[in-house]
Amino acid sequence: MSLRDKLNAAFGAETLPLLVFLGLVFLAFSFATPLFLTGANLRSMAFQMPVLGLLTLAMLVPILSGGLNLAIIFQANISGLALAWVLIQFGGAEAGPGAFVLGAALALLAGAASGAVMGVVVAYVGAHPILVSLAMMIFLRGLGEFLTRGGDISGFPEYMNVLGHGSVMGVPVPMIVFLVAALMWHIMLRRSRHGFSVYMIGSNIQASEYSGLHTRRTLVLIYAISGMICAVAGILMAARFNSVRVGHGEALLLVTVLACFLGGIDPFGGFGRVLPVVLALIILQALSSGLNLIGANQHLSTAVWGLFLIGVMALRWVGERWRNKRRRGT
Amino acid sequence: MKAEPDTAPALRLRNVSKTFGGVKALQSVDFEVRSGEVHCLAGENGCGKSTLIKLVTGVYTADPGAELQLFGQTVDSISPTKARALGIAVIWQDLALFPHMTVAENIAFDEMVGLVPRLTFGHRYKTRVQAVLDRLNVPLNLETRLGDLPIAQRQIVAIARALMGDARLVFMDEPTASLTQSETDSLLAVVRTLSSQGIAVVFVSHRLAEVIDISERVTVLRDGKLVGVYPTEGMTQSRLGELMTGALLENTVSAQDRSKAEPVLETVGLSRHGEFYDVSLTIRRGEVLGLTGLIGAGRTELALALIGMKPPDTGETRLEGASVRFASIRDSIARGVAYVSEDRLSLGLIQPQSIADNTSISVLDRILNGFGLLSPRRQTELVCHWIDELAVKIGQPKDAVSTLSGGNQQRVVLAKWLATEPRLLILDSPTVGVDVGARAGIFRIVRHLAEEGLAILLISDEVTEAMFNADRVLHMADGRIVGEYDPRTTSVPELEARIYA
Repeated sequence: MSLRDKLNAAFGAETLPLLVFLGLVFLAFSFATPLFLTGANLRSMAFQMPVLGLLTLAMLVPILSGGLNLAIIFQANISGLALAWVLIQFGGAEAGPGAFVLGAALALLAGAASGAVMGVVVAYVGAHPILVSLAMMIFLRGLGEFLTRGGDISGFPEYMNVLGHGSVMGVPVPMIVFLVAALMWHIMLRRSRHGFSVYMIGSNIQASEYSGLHTRRTLVLIYAISGMICAVAGILMAARFNSVRVGHGEALLLVTVLACFLGGIDPFGGFGRVLPVVLALIILQALSSGLNLIGANQHLSTAVWGLFLIGVMALRWVGERWRNKRRRGT
Repeated sequence: MKAEPDTAPALRLRNVSKTFGGVKALQSVDFEVRSGEVHCLAGENGCGKSTLIKLVTGVYTADPGAELQLFGQTVDSISPTKARALGIAVIWQDLALFPHMTVAENIAFDEMVGLVPRLTFGHRYKTRVQAVLDRLNVPLNLETRLGDLPIAQRQIVAIARALMGDARLVFMDEPTASLTQSETDSLLAVVRTLSSQGIAVVFVSHRLAEVIDISERVTVLRDGKLVGVYPTEGMTQSRLGELMTGALLENTVSAQDRSKAEPVLETVGLSRHGEFYDVSLTIRRGEVLGLTGLIGAGRTELALALIGMKPPDTGETRLEGASVRFASIRDSIARGVAYVSEDRLSLGLIQPQSIADNTSISVLDRILNGFGLLSPRRQTELVCHWIDELAVKIGQPKDAVSTLSGGNQQRVVLAKWLATEPRLLILDSPTVGVDVGARAGIFRIVRHLAEEGLAILLISDEVTEAMFNADRVLHMADGRIVGEYDPRTTSVPELEARIYA
């Protein structure tokens, strides 16, 4: 087995091309501006990426199972709201760490519960995940806007800054949270029975049931865990912006789908890995930060993301043809 | 094209070879089909049947030196478009139809599409579609959505579509692979209608009985070489099987008396409304119990009840003496009951996923490490053990299971269930889409398993299969067990007469 085969076996075939892409993007921006390859820029990238990253992890597993979770943003918002509510009850800025722990627990519960409800409907009613999560998204948005009257809730304790803006040995805390979550996701998908079931269900849920997998239980768990990681993203957002508002991060919804597809997740489910998705996230962040540094319009970076996805798909198609040709030739 | 003399064969191929990157898929094969003839192309998977069809229809180009004559005319080169213009049609196994369109739209499809957009007027093509269906002598509602039809009727639609294009030579690639016996019978009737109208039909099938039944001559290929062309009159299934595999096949009754062994499964008065009624049966250790009958007799439904997929309404099931009631398939697996589905493509295996994952899916709890995580090492051990044990021919365990031939896929299914160490194995039509040589291999495994003490319920459409491989055969009709036969004292024609009466 060549080194390339070994890498592909360990990390998925998408990893190598994405690493090359990442290198090219870094190289290009380093030439374009001296500000890109600086500690300050890399740190700011590492602060910005985790929220999108966590939400992408929330999107990833439902897609792998052949579904989708459109409610992730508002699940994160509602969870943030749960945290904010507890903190306000305990005096807002004066609330102690105990209140934060309680609030975070309630936030995780809110995320997991809203996810589990979707999972139950998907698994037992058999409704399509797009419909179910769309309904949940609209419900949570309406509920959140009703509770907050459409406004911001702010005034959180000082120590929450550590979570949003602190660093441990130079590594931003949000980044640490994200990396730990990504590692857990990797282990869950590649090495746990739940992850195994996710892949199998994504390819053929009926055959999975006939093989004795707990298909319904797995679906409920998929959406519950997705909701839980949304809650983590919601807590992080509250800490970073020092406020909670329903609708915060709405634009990220489709970007999470974009990151999944860039990372080689099969849109029809059944195939895909965590590491390439993480690489795709770094590339997206680098593109956005780099364009910002060279003074490009913010909207332009969105356009570049789109172009990038089209480019990657075209390259994958070419690569596939080339591989097929080579296989036939030998 | 002008009309050619009737004596000219519809198709004559001489010295056709095809090489794929050094592999000889076909070696100087001759092939001839007469006008209006039903001609079978027989051979095991990979013998070159599909390659031959693709050469005639212009999908592939033959190696230099080949001669091709169509309807008496020598053709230098052929492309798919030219083949269609000459009246050659292929009905592939996947049919290439449009499930969301109506029957009429599917049949008239080739006329409705073109480079220039135009309006289509329903009544104009519908009369022509109706005329074609009348020719085939099958009643079909033109407005039915294709996806709502059973596979058998979709086959008819595909044939009608070929006839719309004035086909004179029709290739059918395993048209009966997913059909039941009665559906097959009506399809064969349509094939006879075609041939009586002067259309030549080349028929590819794994089911030898039907090959002998439908065709006048059969061309046998083995490993890309021509074995010979034989008239089917006087041909027997075992002789044809030998020609295809080049080996002697055991087609003899293997039944033994197992009535002394202790029972593994007993059911008393099992019923499920609308599916089966009052089913009482016993399967003993080491016994292969055959269950046959027409499709719709409730055989699969009974199997699904036994594994807890669709629990019975009334009646009792005893497993090794203890009364059981399975609420899900997981209960039945835990108690040692395994079910090999008749639908390997969509229920038996998860086709796009790997051989390794498909083999270990039923026994995940046995390949965990100390932390409760899946251990790749244990998985590899398990998979390698079963691949050796059942002699599955694979590339690598990580390859998709869909890359395997039907026979090897079925071995993977067996591996998956044997890994659960079952006491009772239910085989539902285990040889669907498995070629002749591989079938014998599957049944050798089944016999061996029975000798090791496994109780086996063998459900089969094919009477011969049940009679040759089971110790006792039950006949099911309209949801009831209506007879029990001993293969040693009952002949195949006798039982067939009862079933098709």
